[in-house]
Order: sequence, then C-alpha cells, then structure tokens
Amino acid sequence: MANDAVAEQERMRRFRDAALPYLDEVYTLARYLMRTTDDAEDAAQECFLRALRHFDSYRGPAMKPWLLAILRNVCNAEFARRSRGDVPTDCAQDESVAEEMPMWREPQASPEKVILQQQDSATIRRLVAELPAPFREAIVLREINDLSYKDIAEVAGVPVGTVMSRLARARAMLRSAWNASENTTVRSGPATASGTAP
Amino acid sequence: MKCDELEVLLHALIDGELDAGHAHDVEMHVAGCSACAAQLASYRAMHGVMGGGALKETAPAHLRSRIEALVAAPAPRVVSMRGFFKPTRRSFFGGFALGSALSAAVAASLVLTVIRRDEQAVADEVVSAHIRSLQPGHLMDVATSDQHTVKPWFNGRVDVAPPVIDLTAESFTLLGGRLDYIDGEPVAAIVYQRRKHMINLFVAQHLGARHARTVAESIQGYNVRHWSQDGLDFWVVSDLAGDELDEFVQKIASAVPRSSSAS
Repeated sequence: MANDAVAEQERMRRFRDAALPYLDEVYTLARYLMRTTDDAEDAAQECFLRALRHFDSYRGPAMKPWLLAILRNVCNAEFARRSRGDVPTDCAQDESVAEEMPMWREPQASPEKVILQQQDSATIRRLVAELPAPFREAIVLREINDLSYKDIAEVAGVPVGTVMSRLARARAMLRSAWNASENTTVRSGPATASGTAP
Repeated sequence: MKCDELEVLLHALIDGELDAGHAHDVEMHVAGCSACAAQLASYRAMHGVMGGGALKETAPAHLRSRIEALVAAPAPRVVSMRGFFKPTRRSFFGGFALGSALSAAVAASLVLTVIRRDEQAVADEVVSAHIRSLQPGHLMDVATSDQHTVKPWFNGRVDVAPPVIDLTAESFTLLGGRLDYIDGEPVAAIVYQRRKHMINLFVAQHLGARHARTVAESIQGYNVRHWSQDGLDFWVVSDLAGDELDEFVQKIASAVPRSSSAS
C-alpha cells in the first residue's frame, strides 16, 4: 500500500507537470465554447478531472490537443444534457445550416481598407462568439490556441480537409462581420483614409 | 490555378501549413492576381490581430487553485483529500458531479488508482492502436516491403532496434513500419498483411509482456499474442484467424535472434 501511495504521488506529479501548464489554454477554449465564465470554469475543472482519470491511457505526444479534445467533449456533453431539457444550445447546431451561408468574398477590398487593428479585443471576442459552433471552434483552436491543422482535426474529430474549409469559412464570416462592425463605428466617427471627405 | 481553388490554400499559406512547393504556387498566383492579393492581405491582417495573444484568457486564480488542489499530491490516507474541495462549489455538469460529496468520492477513487502497466492495460491499448492504424492514412509512416528500409527508419524514433523480418516467403507480406504510442511511450509498429488481414507487430522494451511463452487472448474480436524475447516485448494484433496468427508469431519468434545478431 505504501508503494501504491508513492506510485500515485508520482502519477499525480507527472500529470501536474504535463497538464497544468495548459490551464490557460483550456480555459480560453472553454470561454469561447461555453460563453459564461461560470460554465467555462466548470468545464475546465471537469476537463482536468477527466484528464487525470484517463492519464494512464494517455499516449501522447502532444498534451495540449489531448486536453482540448477532452474539454470539447465535456462541453458537448453539457450541451447535449441541456438540450434534453429545453435550454437552447448552439453546439448542437447543424453545420448544414451554416454551410448554406455564402462564402464571403469581397475582392474589391483593398488592404488599406482593412483596418482591423482598430477593433479592440472585446469586439473581436464578440464577433468570434457569434460564429456558429463548428467555425468558432476551428478559428479559436487555430488563432488563439495556436494548434496545427492536424491537431485541430484530432480535437474536432474531423478530417484535415474539413478543418481547412471550416477555417476558410470562419475567417470569411468573421471578416464580413468585422467589416460590418467597423462600418457602423466609422459612420459615427471621423472619415477613414479611403474615402474622399467632402 | 483558379481563384476559387486558391481560397482554401490562402489560409493554409497564412497558417504555415503549406509545403514549399505549394506555397510557391500560391505566391506566384497572388503576385499576378490583385483580387487574391487583397484577400490574402486582409486575412493576414486578421490573423495578425487574432494570433497576437490578445484574445487569450487567463484562468482565474480561484479556478487555478481549485484545479491545483485536485491534482495535488495526495496524502496517503484518503480522508485527507476532503479538505481539498470547497463544499460550497455548486453542483457541476449533471450526470457526472453531484456536488462536493461526489467530488470527494471521485478524488478518493483517484487516490486508490494504482499506477499499473500491466498486461491488461497494454492489451487494451495495443488493440486500440491496431484499430486506429486501420483508419485511412494511419497504417504506415514508412511504406515499403524492404526490411532494410524499415529497420533503419526506426533509428532515433524508438529507443530499441526492432527486428524487422521479411516473411514474404511465408506469405506474410511486410508492408512497412509506423511509430505508435502505447501508454505515452513510443513503440515500433511493424505492419504485415496476409490476404486482406492486417497484422500489427508492436515492439518495445517494456510493454507488459512478462513471459517468454506466448500468451494468447482475444479482445474485441481481435486476436492478440504477446511474449517477451531477448529483452524486448512483442505484441501482435490482428483479425487473422488464431492458428494463422500463431504461425506468424512462431515465424517471428524464431527469426528474432538471427535478426538481432545481424544488426
């Protein structure tokens, strides 16, 4: 029994060293998937509990995508549970709905017009949060969690090709929302460089 | 290259996911296409803003300390784990947690979990690895029937020199090799085929096969064989019939000493 306790301590230590450095990453994804901070915190905690339980079967090599995949499962399970009640969910939203949305293409947009830096983080967060779930997940995993396509595919459980098309669509939707929100703010503010002011 | 086809590749370029050849193709196209150049510029700007870390969240301190407590080194006695849980924490994620009482119970079971790398755990994992390997594109990292190509491929990837044995004459075709992970450790997987049946041979130094004699079992419909030989543990998984798999095992086992001395 003493040996067991030592072994267990060793296991816990290995888990801490491997997993805890990714707490912020896990929490970040949780914030984007779950919307409220309370839910995000609960999901992150549940993620680490599950990870600890399955740590023995963890076969690596990358801890980050493994944790994020667990987190995603936790969130989806929670959405599924809520949808059995009558709480509306958006993770369950069918991708086909979003697939019907036109791919945003605006070839006439010149680089100078894209004054994205003017958007503050709060606005960007809001725009990301408004994306349909599969696209939101893809863009957050790529841009914010900084995963490779291969890792995103593993986390989301879809082929790399799907990751690529989701990312393209996510960025297209984001850009159009981005431009739209910029236009509204610009209208009330001073003229941009691109226009000839009267 | 048409602009439509390029759309997805633009993103792959931004994300650094294109090989040099494709990156060059895309850049060539963009250089001569103002529409795609504009797209690329705007997406790149967006990528720059989003990827800068400004959108990263930091876990709140109370969450961090809660999770740290969950994974703190447990005291030898289970009862002391209770102190780690905040009894006021609201109940969590239905079905799983019913509040702190159950959390404590979960923690207690964690304390009692013993680190084991026993045969059963490894057996389950090699079967999972076998099933995973059958997914498209997962079977092989190095695809060749030449044992002299497969064997050196493992150099530096695993810390053993796995014997790679050509059994084509015995109608077990060597397909190639793969790096796999069992229990988080890199393991050499050598892939054979008989008729339509794939055979994965996993080789590593410590893989829970403690017996020199071959142990046979069946897991999820797959036949599994494992044995220990010359300081290496061998696991074989396949949907091949048991007697044929035994034949395979016997061929491998009898060829291993020759193969090792040859290396």
